[in-house]
Amino acid sequence: MSSLAVSKTGPAAGTTPGTAQSSPPLRRRIALVPTVTLLLGAVYCLLPVAWVVIAATKSGSELFSTFTFLPGTGFADNFSDLNAYRDGVYWQWMGNSALYAVLGALLSTSVSAFSGYALAMYRFPGRQAIFNVLLAGVLMPPVILAIPQYLLLAKADLTDSYLSVLLPQILSPYGVYLARIYAAAAVPADVVEAGRMDGASEWRIFTRVALPMMVPGMVTVFLFQFVAIWNNFLLPYIMLSDDERFPITVGLQTLLEQGANTPALYTLVITGAFLAVIPLVALFLVIQRFWSLDLLSGAVKS
Amino acid sequence: MPNTKRRFFVRSAAVSVAVALGATALAACGSSDDDSEAESGPVSLTYWTWTPGMDKVVDLWNKGQGKKDQITVTVKKQASGDTLVTKILTAHKAGKAPDLVQAEYQALPTLVSNDAVADIASEVGDAKSKFADGVWQQTTLGTDAVYAVPQDIGPMMFYYREDLFKKYGLTVPTTWEQFAETARALKKKSPDTDLTTFSANDSGLFAGLAQQAGAKWWTTSGEKWQVAIDDAASQKVAKFWGDLVKEGAIDNQPMYTPAWNKALNTGKQIAWVSAVWAPGTLTTAAPDTKGKWAMAPLPQWSQSENVTGSWGGSSTAVTTDSEHKAAAAKFAAWLNTDGDALTALAKESGIYPASTSAQLSGAFTTPPDYFSNQPDFYTKAAEIAETTAPSAWGPNVNVAYTTFKDAFGKAAKNKSDFVSALTTMQDDTVADLKKQGFEVSE
Repeated sequence: MSSLAVSKTGPAAGTTPGTAQSSPPLRRRIALVPTVTLLLGAVYCLLPVAWVVIAATKSGSELFSTFTFLPGTGFADNFSDLNAYRDGVYWQWMGNSALYAVLGALLSTSVSAFSGYALAMYRFPGRQAIFNVLLAGVLMPPVILAIPQYLLLAKADLTDSYLSVLLPQILSPYGVYLARIYAAAAVPADVVEAGRMDGASEWRIFTRVALPMMVPGMVTVFLFQFVAIWNNFLLPYIMLSDDERFPITVGLQTLLEQGANTPALYTLVITGAFLAVIPLVALFLVIQRFWSLDLLSGAVKS
Repeated sequence: MPNTKRRFFVRSAAVSVAVALGATALAACGSSDDDSEAESGPVSLTYWTWTPGMDKVVDLWNKGQGKKDQITVTVKKQASGDTLVTKILTAHKAGKAPDLVQAEYQALPTLVSNDAVADIASEVGDAKSKFADGVWQQTTLGTDAVYAVPQDIGPMMFYYREDLFKKYGLTVPTTWEQFAETARALKKKSPDTDLTTFSANDSGLFAGLAQQAGAKWWTTSGEKWQVAIDDAASQKVAKFWGDLVKEGAIDNQPMYTPAWNKALNTGKQIAWVSAVWAPGTLTTAAPDTKGKWAMAPLPQWSQSENVTGSWGGSSTAVTTDSEHKAAAAKFAAWLNTDGDALTALAKESGIYPASTSAQLSGAFTTPPDYFSNQPDFYTKAAEIAETTAPSAWGPNVNVAYTTFKDAFGKAAKNKSDFVSALTTMQDDTVADLKKQGFEVSE
């Protein structure tokens, strides 16, 4: 508390450090309001995660009867039950989710990089129109497209296949939009012009000059798309009928909704949800170092 | 330089046009396979169901009768609920619904009015004798057609804590009048304990209670639908529960929440109006009170009556998209009338069969584990099932159920008038039917 108390002696909590008019502070002051706000935000975000972690350790009889944040004794049982459920179909779901998310995010990122770069660097008729359509796409929640997309893919006889979940997620208006903004900001027009002067082809300029500059932005697009696909429910729900192809989100729902006469398998679902978060956390930890966002970090929300 | 830019754009535009053309061509060949005269030779069917363990039951068919008839069924496990109805209808719109679907009774009219399930009267008509009339009638919707074969049912019953009833000196109510008295007596003896709760989340429970009182919410006369959600019987039920909530004799919190589980598990709520599948729910909701519960028939509206409602239950339907309707209907009939199939369904999936003969078969000679203290559980259950009142579902049960949750949710929370909530439910349901283009007589 001592450091917090110090900040109270400063001019006003929340002013930018280093702008104090009176004598310069000896210690780095902590801005009270932002710190508390951030702490509250962190608690708000982390409490549910803590709940999932702790609830995953509880056995069926402990789940609703013991204190919420008291760890239980059933994690090993929950884990082996989940393992045994329908001959380990959970791991199949996990694999499917990984496939959809990794492949979908990679494809989506490359499409975004191409189109974002093109929209930022070239002047061509209809550019503004394309960009406006794209903006409209950003505002449109992907959820409402799921059923039209299903009807479309049904015409092509592609429903209930891996492709039916992958294809619609390759084009992400938001990704293209981000890539365009990032390319415009990170790739100076002079550099591109210099490349042309030196006789490099447009393709070479893009891959050798522009792309390396766009990497941090593309990592962001990849992460967003990865998380969006990993968490997507409605699209795979509508597209797929074979539970061997379900991603985790749709798979876990079948454990919850087993009809009125069968109780929901809460312990399995919670353990399954807990395990499904781990790859996401790991991904963020690994990719973090490629991810220097600066100008985007404030403007971007998932 | 502008030249280069232009060329780049033109080239990429050409590529995308080519891609689009390719997709159309693909779509064109996709929709051209239409072989309807596949009656002989091996047939393979797909079946959407949420019942756990169904693949094992279907294996019996694939290795036995199905092998003889060259009909192979593949289970595609789904999640239950209204979302599945939407999924079936979406698939039907694209002509891609599976051959067989599991459907709750109240969802059948929706599926029928969207022309998603087929009339299989000529294939399964003989099965009628295996089911109670009230059950069978739910699959015919009161017409000459048969749209599904009943699979499981949920006759409603009264569950109570035997030990705590003794402790508080309560007797098991046989009429709703006594039920209210019991609730009040309990409140007097132990103000912190509730007999039960009125759950505004469970539309199916209220529908079952209204059904017991004689309500028929949807009926047809000629080409017109008649909606009677606010009829005298339903008003009686709404007023009864509304008054109990208002005077504080019972709780007003929803069921199936962690708080509710805790209330059951710790004896804060000592009774539950539920259906035959309650043992499964109690096993997970109130694991510590195993063996302390007992089951009795639902309280009646008058001493001389003996009827119950139903909460839950489902059927097996054949879709209009199926190219092998006869084969699919044959499987649906086998699944829900064959002795071995029903025994397997009871054992693997824990369902309570709609077929009357199966209700007393070998699988139901011992009580559910949770009710080991009540050896005649299933004999009693079969007797109660026989008294199930007929039910009348319409094409927009989902809308009625949603407005129930909203209107009764508000009324239960504010302890206000339940009957006006019922009127809201009636009005919204009629309005929606009209909006959907049905003719409604008022």
